Amino acid sequence: MESMAVADKSNGAVNGGGHTPVLECRNLCISYFTRAGEIPAVVDFNMTLMPGEAHGIVGESGCGKSTVALAIMQYLGSNGKIVDGEIFFEGRDMRTMSEEELRNLRGSQIAMVYQEPMASLNPAMRIGDQLAEVPIYHEGASPEEAMERAREIIASVRLPEPERILNSYPHQISGGQQQRVVIAMALLSNPRLLLLDEPTTALDVTVEAGIVDLINEIAAEFGTSMIYISHNLGLILETCDRMTVMYSGEAVEVGTVNDVFDAMRHPYTRGLFASIPLPSADKHTHPLVAIPGQLPLPHERPTGCYFAPRCDFFAAGICDKGLLPMRQVSGDDQHFTRCVRFDEIDWQQSLGKGISQDATPPGDVVLTVDDMTKHYEIEQSALFFGGETKTVKANEKISFQAREAETVAIVGESGCGKSTFAKVLMGLEDATSGKVLLGNLELGDLPVDKRNPETIAKLQMVFQNPFDTLNPSHSVGGQIARVIRKFGVESDDEKVEERVMELLDIVKLPRDFAKRRPRQLSGGQKQRVGIARAFAGNPAVVIADEPVSALDVSVQAAVTELLMDIQRENRTTLLFISHDLSVVRYLADRIIVMYLGQIMEQGTTDEIFAPPYHPYTEALLSAVPIADTHIKKRHIVLTGEIPSASNPPKGCPFSTRCAYMIEGTCNVAPPPVHDMSAGHQIACHLSVETLEAMEPVIQLGAAVAPEPDVETV
Amino acid sequence: MAVTTITPPAPSLLERMKTPRNIGILGALAWLPLMTYVMGTGLIDESARNIILLPAIPAVAILYAIAVTSWKESWIAVLGVSLVLFWFFMAVTAPFLPLADPNAPIAPFATPFSEKKDIFFWLGTDFKGRDMLSRVIWGCQRVLVWGVTATFVAYVIGTIFGLIAGYLSGWWDEFISFFGNVLLSFPVMVLFIVILNYLGPSGFNIVIAVTFASAPAIMRIVRGLALDIKTRDYVFAAQTRGESALWIMVIELLPNVRGPIIVDACLRLGYTTVAITTLTFLGLGLQPPDADWGLMIREAAKVAMLWKFAYMLLIPALAVSSLILGFNLMADGLREMSLRD
Repeated sequence: MESMAVADKSNGAVNGGGHTPVLECRNLCISYFTRAGEIPAVVDFNMTLMPGEAHGIVGESGCGKSTVALAIMQYLGSNGKIVDGEIFFEGRDMRTMSEEELRNLRGSQIAMVYQEPMASLNPAMRIGDQLAEVPIYHEGASPEEAMERAREIIASVRLPEPERILNSYPHQISGGQQQRVVIAMALLSNPRLLLLDEPTTALDVTVEAGIVDLINEIAAEFGTSMIYISHNLGLILETCDRMTVMYSGEAVEVGTVNDVFDAMRHPYTRGLFASIPLPSADKHTHPLVAIPGQLPLPHERPTGCYFAPRCDFFAAGICDKGLLPMRQVSGDDQHFTRCVRFDEIDWQQSLGKGISQDATPPGDVVLTVDDMTKHYEIEQSALFFGGETKTVKANEKISFQAREAETVAIVGESGCGKSTFAKVLMGLEDATSGKVLLGNLELGDLPVDKRNPETIAKLQMVFQNPFDTLNPSHSVGGQIARVIRKFGVESDDEKVEERVMELLDIVKLPRDFAKRRPRQLSGGQKQRVGIARAFAGNPAVVIADEPVSALDVSVQAAVTELLMDIQRENRTTLLFISHDLSVVRYLADRIIVMYLGQIMEQGTTDEIFAPPYHPYTEALLSAVPIADTHIKKRHIVLTGEIPSASNPPKGCPFSTRCAYMIEGTCNVAPPPVHDMSAGHQIACHLSVETLEAMEPVIQLGAAVAPEPDVETV
Repeated sequence: MAVTTITPPAPSLLERMKTPRNIGILGALAWLPLMTYVMGTGLIDESARNIILLPAIPAVAILYAIAVTSWKESWIAVLGVSLVLFWFFMAVTAPFLPLADPNAPIAPFATPFSEKKDIFFWLGTDFKGRDMLSRVIWGCQRVLVWGVTATFVAYVIGTIFGLIAGYLSGWWDEFISFFGNVLLSFPVMVLFIVILNYLGPSGFNIVIAVTFASAPAIMRIVRGLALDIKTRDYVFAAQTRGESALWIMVIELLPNVRGPIIVDACLRLGYTTVAITTLTFLGLGLQPPDADWGLMIREAAKVAMLWKFAYMLLIPALAVSSLILGFNLMADGLREMSLRD
């Protein structure tokens, strides 16, 4: 076995810890043993983690990052095994430890925080009891002492009303609070190493910002070393000191965050950055560039560099020979890359840019929504009649217009009413009041079974979850053909067949996919079929409900570009619902910001991203992690939780969390709508002057790692 | 880079048989003749009846070959399907085997492996002198046909109501679930006895009784599955296309509830077989004189008090048990295979 370069052990610790690294992985190889044989999940993984350091692992799905975390915990399950290499925890070889010793380590010295907070907490036990388990089991504390420690730790993760939380069950607190409890549980025994596996993926953006802050504070206060696993490069920039980029089971680049972001030395890292919508990207002049090709399956990996089939700089004879070691980049602080040709490649050369397009001018107004309101009545008590009915105000007085060939983005977090709005438009619910006009046709009170096929064909939807968007029992071609026949686009069998093939060509899928079942397609391919299906009827308006959020970063770029292309060709209006402001900034012409069923601000993209802001927009912009070291962001963190839609606050719905709240005005009366300029509206009690005087949240500054200057608001 | 196309070798006959369409054809070839044979007793001319069974024989053999090769990885499933298809094979070949007439009294009370009147009896004779071996083999026809038919009808009814209750919800769900719960609250045997007493004992009425007893449970399973699948995006997509409720239930939902139903079906065939045998034992089901395992047990019940003649009871009992065991093992094996990763 060739010896691989190992990171130097005497790397100085960030917070002046000792010499012994907390964790050291050397040439780690992990495989899964299934019915199909051995699947090598992780190959040659090296890492050195010093006390107090935060190390990020970045990669897409299937790259093996969660496998590494589980292997560190020695918790791989019955079919996973470390087949080669060593893991040293504080100098001790973990492979020689017995089950008993490992059990003592887990939870007390090594702790892990998982992605789904609801799945990490026992739904049948109170939070206080669950927290108390940790000191009772690991330190032999008495129940009273354990409760006391639990109370303290709840306070240090910044949860309000500690007593109430300790006595609640997990389902009684919100997702953000649950994740804080999980983090508290992990920290309770003061572990040396904290593993975080995508802890914020399931949370809203503003809640995520709070958790990220918390993690940074913890690192500073407790001196815990952290391994932070994520697919979001912006988050890694905000939380970590060093990072590892993984591709298909091997680490391709390791270094400090600044080095990897500004001086990347591997083509995959470069491809990854080019497919993220950074503020410098623009759909017309600087489109996203997707990485061509597909992730290789574990048994299809090429010899030599695994990235070679997709690499622009592939050189036969160099890149496909044997096992490639990590090479050190001279001059940088412990910066390693697996690219053999890294010093030959000109990294300043711009990537094969996507073809830039001219901006398409928007046409006439196609969709008008005028004061649309949707309330749901729910009964107080399910058993007896006569309880008072509560009203859930899902949408309250929504008004906007959308033009032909325009992309209108609806941005908001969970509970803001975007899905309800989509349902009203599609006819699955009817509006309580107000008007929804498609051209001249009033849609608000026309449920879908009363609409004629032409109307239905004009308004179609692309769904969020690619795995559920196609019926698993029917073939792909059959499902598209059904849409074509239903909307009367074609009726002759041959013509239908031809149109199906045309659509598959448009979404860049091979023609023989028409005979395949959905389970043979990947997530990105399924979403493309979903797009083909939506456009099969030549719609005028397409509602895309978070079409890319369930996909990998590089696949997102490809699918986003596809949507843009089709829209440009057909001059379709695209209503893009999302919570991801970076993607929205990239592709939207107009943006509508919603909170708890009401529109807080609407305007063109430039107007939204520059001051004046609605306070909610300001917080939202500050919360989105941006993977660019040149950006300086103001730091605004919202306190509190998103209120429940069945019990909205009086007056302005944002008043409970707003930093600028005026007592007596904001929580009493609904806010007036200011017209800042033609088309730019802000619904706020603050005066126009105050709004105009706001500082921009995102600024292009010098290349610095952003210091969280905690401007507590 | 030139891509060399390698033409895969032409699939063997067995592989070509394995497509769903061909398996469907084979199944129909194996089943329909047997069903016509049993149900057409008295309606169709005697000699013609035997010819009807001819195509079923190779069909069953091929199905067995397909099952064994497809389910190699689970010995439980292979054992189960061997038992079931063994009896099936016996059922379709019974007229062609060199067996004595099952209804002709020859030599009463002959024990197994004994010889009386110059005839060697493998399994002895019963108290009326009829050959046990031929009665056992002929007896499986009616059990199989009525058991499978009853279960199938129960499934059709249960699935229809389950889809309606799960997808349409609201008052449909309330009403159907209420009715189902009422039926489920009767003890199964009581329900059978009441229905068969009212309608009169016959194979067809057993089908009705089994449907009443089993359909509610099936309805519940399908309803649960439909409630879950209803929330998927592809159903949503169909709704936003303006598809009718009927179309969604049949085209979108039905193919996706198949999975759990198949395992349940195998188990339920076992229960139904028990039910039919018990009913026949009680005198409420299939009627004499034709050989039938339940009848054999019933008639032997009194005589079997003497250990020497217990074989008259044990042999049909073992036959029934082996069939039910076969169904259960098949269900277990299928479930095991579907869970393995």
